[in-house]
Amino acid sequence: MIPKSFSKHFYMMLIPGLIWLALFNLYPMYGVLTAFKEFNPGLGIWQSPWVGMENFQYMFELDDSRIVFRNTVVIAFAKMVGNLIVPFVFALMLNEVKNRLLTRTVQTIVYLPHFLSWVIVAGMMLDIFSYSGPVNQVLSSLGLEPIMFFGNAHIFPALVVGSDVWKEFGFNAIIFFSALTAINPEMYEAAAVDGASQWKRLIKITIPSIIPVAALLATLSLGSILNAGFDQIFNMYNPSVYSTGDIVDTWVYRAGLIDFQYGLATAVGLLKSVVGLVLITISYTLAYRFANYRIF
Amino acid sequence: MVTERSITSRLFNGLNLVLLIVMMLLCLLPVWYTLSISLSDKASAAAGQVFLWPKGFTWGSYETIMKDNQFFRSFWISIQRVVYGAAIAFIVILLMAYPLSKSSKEFKPRNIIMWLLVFAMLFNGGLVPWYLTMQSLGMINNIWGLVLGGGLPVFNVILVMNYLRNMPKEMEESAMIDGAGPWRILFSVCLPLSVPVLATIMVFTIVYHWNEFFQALVLMNKAEQYPLQSYIRQVAVVIDPTKMDEETVKRMSDLSNQTLNSAKIFISMLPLLVIYPFLQKYFVKGITLGSVKG
Repeated sequence: MIPKSFSKHFYMMLIPGLIWLALFNLYPMYGVLTAFKEFNPGLGIWQSPWVGMENFQYMFELDDSRIVFRNTVVIAFAKMVGNLIVPFVFALMLNEVKNRLLTRTVQTIVYLPHFLSWVIVAGMMLDIFSYSGPVNQVLSSLGLEPIMFFGNAHIFPALVVGSDVWKEFGFNAIIFFSALTAINPEMYEAAAVDGASQWKRLIKITIPSIIPVAALLATLSLGSILNAGFDQIFNMYNPSVYSTGDIVDTWVYRAGLIDFQYGLATAVGLLKSVVGLVLITISYTLAYRFANYRIF
Repeated sequence: MVTERSITSRLFNGLNLVLLIVMMLLCLLPVWYTLSISLSDKASAAAGQVFLWPKGFTWGSYETIMKDNQFFRSFWISIQRVVYGAAIAFIVILLMAYPLSKSSKEFKPRNIIMWLLVFAMLFNGGLVPWYLTMQSLGMINNIWGLVLGGGLPVFNVILVMNYLRNMPKEMEESAMIDGAGPWRILFSVCLPLSVPVLATIMVFTIVYHWNEFFQALVLMNKAEQYPLQSYIRQVAVVIDPTKMDEETVKRMSDLSNQTLNSAKIFISMLPLLVIYPFLQKYFVKGITLGSVKG
């Protein structure tokens, strides 16, 4: 039983965090008013004139905004699928290896890319897929034409999704590894006694045991269908791939901070945030209903 | 342990092993390739003759970096950012997690604050409002903009809070019987018990601050104030949306100083590569700590 006298100390403990929250999380939310204003830097957010929904109307008239929302969903969805299937299969594969030293080594190495920044990964990718880089060297030694990987709008989304899966599959597999260790080994013993082959045990025991985890992860990832990965694309793209590679976040960055269309960029960003919030709420609710998952 | 000796089983296991090793090598090769480029001479690198072993071995790129003042300045800014960021996150998160780990019966406003935190985690105003408010808080050209600008790391607060909630009540109660107040309980009971989860969030925080590159591009007017990742981006990754056609992109990727840039990329990941083996046991734990076991 916590005595009443603790309460005031609890408030004191919360103060630093709440100040941080107020200044750097909540106060910026007040800035979304810019979406309904014609922003004038001299006047500040509050003094700038109201324009109602004008910025939103303009947004819906722009071809750009349709393209970037489409690109965002396409890339984010492809990443979602890749980041679910590859770690799933990888975890199953590694689970079949019984040599502890080997599994540990593989795990250590595949987790590593997760910790590299997108600046570094993009720098390496640009090098590896450059016009005279190793990938093109291999292609030309096979008698194929070298490809401008990062200048080709058809290939760019695949590079984005591929490098994201490359970077994250090991890390994303961790959750599956922990689900796999939770399987009761007696089930395998019993199946073996009954004469089930290794393959049968994989299909009948291992996969059904971790499908719920995969379903939960799929549900939770629905909330990020508008997050195509700003940090990554910002470091990889260039104007020749805007038609397929430009996403909401990168577009907002250019419209707002490069071209100074503050009102428009805020409106687009706000639309994205609101839709994102709704989607996350839905996915968390589903996860709570069906898997009893909750974050607190 | 169950063992299997049939031919299909051996074939399956062999193939499985080969594929796993290929996947492992795929994760390693880009890093290895970058290292070999950085140790090659410029001509061989530009001619695309370097694959997995340096050609025309030279320390030249690394010697050039040693004379690059901006590289060291940026490195130092990154170190400062990581130290301030980790220290502040540590103390703030610990202080917040303890009261929030109480039930709303024990501490009335607990649930309201939790919902506020979750809302702040799931919703943000977007880039432009963030920039405008950072401006009005005086965070332009200010290292505190980088340290604090990401906002309160709500997810980490929740991780520690969930951990403290699973702490046995008896420990706290016996401390209270011995006359310990809330601060004493926090620092002498909760802190030592939650070392594993605190280590986990410190790993996440350090990696976040070391890798974050974007805020400085927006908040810092001068490249001298860039932390390392922003600096690396500026020199090694295709420079930004100025109008470039396909030809220019191609020329840039060929003419840019490839060996030097590779050396910079490699050095900037070196600190992580060095501490990485020690981090592993913490982040693996942290991932599985992520949710309440229902």
